[in-house]
Amino acid sequence: MRHIISLLMENEAGALSRVAGLFSARGYNIESLAVAPTEDPTLSRMTIVTSGSDAVIEQINKQLNKLIDVAAVMDLSEGEHLERELMLVKVRAEGAMCDEIKRVAKGFHGRVIDESNSTCTIELTDTCAKLDEFLQAIDRKLILETVRTGASGIGCGERILKL
Amino acid sequence: MELTGAEIAIRCLQEEGVEYIFGYPGGAVLHIYDALFQQDKVKHILVRHEQAAVHAADGYARSSENVGVALVTSGPGITNAVTGIATAYMDSIPMVIISGQVPSYAIGEDAFQEVDAVGITRPCVKHNFLVKDVKDIALTIKKAFYLAKSGRPGPVLVDIPKDISNQKTAYAYPASVNIRSYNPVGKGDSAQIKRAVQMLLEAKRPMVYAGGGVVLAGASAQLTEFVRLLGAPCTNTLMGLGGYPATDKLFVGMPGMHGTYEACMAMQYCDVLIAIGARFDDRVIGNVEHFAQVPRKIIHIDIDPSSIAKRVKVDVPVVGDLKLVLGQLLGELRSSKQKPNASDMATWWKQVDEWRVKGGGLRYKNSTEIIKPQYVIEKLYEITAGDAFITSDVGQHQMWAAQYYKFNKPRRWINSGGLGTMGFGLPAAMGVQLINPGATVACVTGEGSIQMNIQELSTCKQFHLPIKVVSLNNRYLGMVRQWQEFFHGNRYSESYMDALPDFVKLAEAYGHIGIRIDKPSDVEPALKEAFARKKDLVFMDFQTDPTENVFPMVPGGKGLSEVILAEDL
Repeated sequence: MRHIISLLMENEAGALSRVAGLFSARGYNIESLAVAPTEDPTLSRMTIVTSGSDAVIEQINKQLNKLIDVAAVMDLSEGEHLERELMLVKVRAEGAMCDEIKRVAKGFHGRVIDESNSTCTIELTDTCAKLDEFLQAIDRKLILETVRTGASGIGCGERILKL
Repeated sequence: MELTGAEIAIRCLQEEGVEYIFGYPGGAVLHIYDALFQQDKVKHILVRHEQAAVHAADGYARSSENVGVALVTSGPGITNAVTGIATAYMDSIPMVIISGQVPSYAIGEDAFQEVDAVGITRPCVKHNFLVKDVKDIALTIKKAFYLAKSGRPGPVLVDIPKDISNQKTAYAYPASVNIRSYNPVGKGDSAQIKRAVQMLLEAKRPMVYAGGGVVLAGASAQLTEFVRLLGAPCTNTLMGLGGYPATDKLFVGMPGMHGTYEACMAMQYCDVLIAIGARFDDRVIGNVEHFAQVPRKIIHIDIDPSSIAKRVKVDVPVVGDLKLVLGQLLGELRSSKQKPNASDMATWWKQVDEWRVKGGGLRYKNSTEIIKPQYVIEKLYEITAGDAFITSDVGQHQMWAAQYYKFNKPRRWINSGGLGTMGFGLPAAMGVQLINPGATVACVTGEGSIQMNIQELSTCKQFHLPIKVVSLNNRYLGMVRQWQEFFHGNRYSESYMDALPDFVKLAEAYGHIGIRIDKPSDVEPALKEAFARKKDLVFMDFQTDPTENVFPMVPGGKGLSEVILAEDL
């Protein structure tokens, strides 16, 4: 099953490689991994999208907690949470095609951030699944590039991951 | 007061009460060696290979309650040390490794003897640090010792670039250390403790399965009291031997691949199994599905939550320091009005004793013609009155030592259980002998393993370490040969070792005494003679039966109750 795990860790050189190394060494899946410093520059927040049986997910949580640099771990998918991913898509778009792409993008709350005679770049922010849907909705042959950040997640209401 | 980074590093070791460190100098650690030279509190043991430095620090830690310390240079210094670090990591041994690094301005430029030490060791350390500022050295070393010995212990690496060790800064050793992202556990949850005790008291067939965690936690006395109060059979894993006295009647021997029949059967058919500082290793429970087929409730106590429910489902998990948790269990057990049901326990012990009879105990067919390796260990046990520190290498000799030397005290059995590192025994024995001067230390090895770090005979000479090397020389990589006999149609692919050296002459070349023993009748006199020489290292080269196999055996992938006894083949 798909899980989305959030963690806070020391913003130190090598901390990211400890997490990435753990996943590869123990054979866990990483669908995506997004990381950046928080409002406290000494801490980084990471969102990992992974999948596995309940036993594997339990081990992932425990193994992450065991890393010395990891200060807090929360499996967001165990409760109400929100996830958002940013995607930039550049498509081949000329004339009427350009209008069609814009129309589809609008339906996904996307916006055009760059346009040329032959291309159009759209920015979308939504759940990973919704972004997948957008890619299905446009003609695949027209896609020149896709850039995705991986999901970032946050708990709903009073579900807070903080030190 | 301003000190160089190198001086600070050595001062920190003094502050931590480090008496011996094990190492090998080189370019990137020259400043540290210079600082070492100018003081006499921390004594340095010069090994002949960095792997041995780490194993020696490991043996030092295992046979005491101290943190082992190794010092190596950059590049090949640290890569040579990796096997030792991984060995310590797998067995949760508290250790600090200080490595030199190329100057910080040269990092990343493929400088001479540069290697990414932090990157290479990351998967096999509890934590590691690259020191980038001389002001951080003292706090980093303080953290390293704290991390190494607290919680689930393990090796911690501190990598110090050469220029950092030469810069000066004000020195003050931090009195305490706090790592906000690291909070080792203490007592266990009291509700879980109550549940565990209730479950044990209601059990018809309770069983105690204790591992290396008990030894590391210094909780043998508590375990012993707990087992006796409960009256249940107790098994110790390879790593846990000595955690419960092996000559006690409640002890059923080691479980697992080369465990006793009764320990395997009792693990399989008990109704409540309490695992204490053990991790349901594949060599202990065999096939995990087969193990899970028999319904039994499991209580699992460990300091590391990730050890719990890793391989088997657990009914009552308890996370905590074993010494404290066992104290809580004892308190609960003593204050409970309920006692273990006497008739259930009698029935259970009748069953266990029947298994003891069926298994026939650990046994082998002795010979007057050829030396049986088990006989050597039996005699070793007798002659050292069961009170020696025994280190071992890896293979058949390791299993025979574990089976036939009855450890009644913790920290007496020093072996590489998790990683299974050949070449561990001799350097580990050096560390054991240094921290236990005057004690009898024997390294049980084979002609294969001993050659993986035989150069340390030179270190033993330099530092007057009177280790007794008990080499069971069967001219084969015996455990490989055994598996090839059982599972690979007697095709002994590369397991026979031709052109072995004359070990007597070799020992003599290093300045030691060598004895070759060919006949069974010479085993006892040779051991007596060797152990009477309190000041000398004696290398005993026992020519043993090359066809001997280790029994009982649970073949790889099989279940515990599918154990093969000697006569089954």
